[in-house]
Amino acid sequence: MLAVVGTIPDPSVPVVEGQALYSDHGITVSGLHIPADRGTPALLGAACVACAVLGLPAPYAFLVGDEGRGHGSRELYRHMVAVLPGQSLSTLAFHYLQPDVMWHDKVLFAMEAMRPRPKLIADAGFMYAAKMSGQAAAYDLFTPDAGELAFLADEAAPHPFYTRGFILHDDNRVPDLIRRAYAAENAAACLLVKGGTDHVADATGVLYTVDGPSEEAMEAMGGTGDTLTGTAAALVEAGHPVPEAGRLAARVNRLAGRLARPDPGSRISEIIARIPQALTQALAEEAP
Amino acid sequence: MSFLGLFRKKDPGPPPASKADRGLLIFENTSEVIRAEKALKAAGLPVTVVGPPPEVRKGCDLAVEYPLIEGLNILRLLDDSGTPPLDAIPVTGPLLTPVSLFQVKDFGGHLMVRAANMKLTVEKGTRVIVNVSGGGCPDVPYLAARLIGLRLDEAPSPREIGHTLCGYALGLAFEEMRRRCSPS
Repeated sequence: MLAVVGTIPDPSVPVVEGQALYSDHGITVSGLHIPADRGTPALLGAACVACAVLGLPAPYAFLVGDEGRGHGSRELYRHMVAVLPGQSLSTLAFHYLQPDVMWHDKVLFAMEAMRPRPKLIADAGFMYAAKMSGQAAAYDLFTPDAGELAFLADEAAPHPFYTRGFILHDDNRVPDLIRRAYAAENAAACLLVKGGTDHVADATGVLYTVDGPSEEAMEAMGGTGDTLTGTAAALVEAGHPVPEAGRLAARVNRLAGRLARPDPGSRISEIIARIPQALTQALAEEAP
Repeated sequence: MSFLGLFRKKDPGPPPASKADRGLLIFENTSEVIRAEKALKAAGLPVTVVGPPPEVRKGCDLAVEYPLIEGLNILRLLDDSGTPPLDAIPVTGPLLTPVSLFQVKDFGGHLMVRAANMKLTVEKGTRVIVNVSGGGCPDVPYLAARLIGLRLDEAPSPREIGHTLCGYALGLAFEEMRRRCSPS
């Protein structure tokens, strides 16, 4: 089963876990109702609808409230260390969590002990923690955007806030930054870099680029990266090799964007609603 | 425990954590260090007093080690308690400075400013914030919910209500957007 681990911006919410049920009104996990408007709920929403198309069980969610002080994230880290050894999970996607190296290392240690070892996907704060800990190579997939790729490529930066200007500069092309991230061992086995053109890469370099259809407004919308990661996670869970899952997810996200016709002020729920049709179309394109 | 169990290797557990997520607060003198440590510990923050590395060429010979990611919250607490530090630096990169490069994209009716990993978009005609994207710390969805739908001149600065370095980066994008959209 696919599991998603992350936070919601309400500090009063304790650790909750359970299968995520998606509807047009949002997501329900163990009685907790959450709008799928951005962040981890957007990732979860995309994963839910993609899993449904792929004939997979709905994803399992581990969530906690955290508005940035880190208390909730640390509670969830503690919970994951306690429960992971007994879980039967084949894909784990970690998302908006307060980056904390000590807790990251404990969670990774618990995951490494799981048999069989699940596919590991990291995005957002947990990806930052994975890079900071020097353990990026333990992951199967990272899904950075351009700013986060520059952070991965900067071996000195402990957070994107400290990425050095000469690396962050627009003149640095994505393939160069990918090379630099792998050279410093700060990348997962596969990278799906979100942007005007999406890049799928591994340590040998760029494997695929996906640039169509293009909806420029999606760059400004909150949550489009989250839906991409959620769709990729569902495709990995369905058994696609990770680079193929990344390439297909990039195509699906773009098709969903084309179907939704967003402007820079559009909401991510408009994209999630189009993912089933987009995924069906993308899978049909793949058929021999 | 069996006889053989005595010779079995103990589970080593995870290796010692790197200090990449720690920062140092540099102060003019040790009295300020003590006051800052007291204020931060009273707020429940896990801080310790340490000696700064030799590359740090300002301040006294004590510093406060703090969770780097929570820098925005911590700097605001110290400002409020009247003990602002001379500097706040990453332990593993004392010479690193916050991002100062902005990427700007004009969509016609909308303008987007990116600072590091954070993007803020406004509708140019109304100066209403229509989207916040990027980032990875948990205050980003919280900040997005607080900012979206408000005009730039009525929205709270992310630097005032955020907690993390992502919040800080969004604050920089917000200030750059205000600068670009202010009537000149």
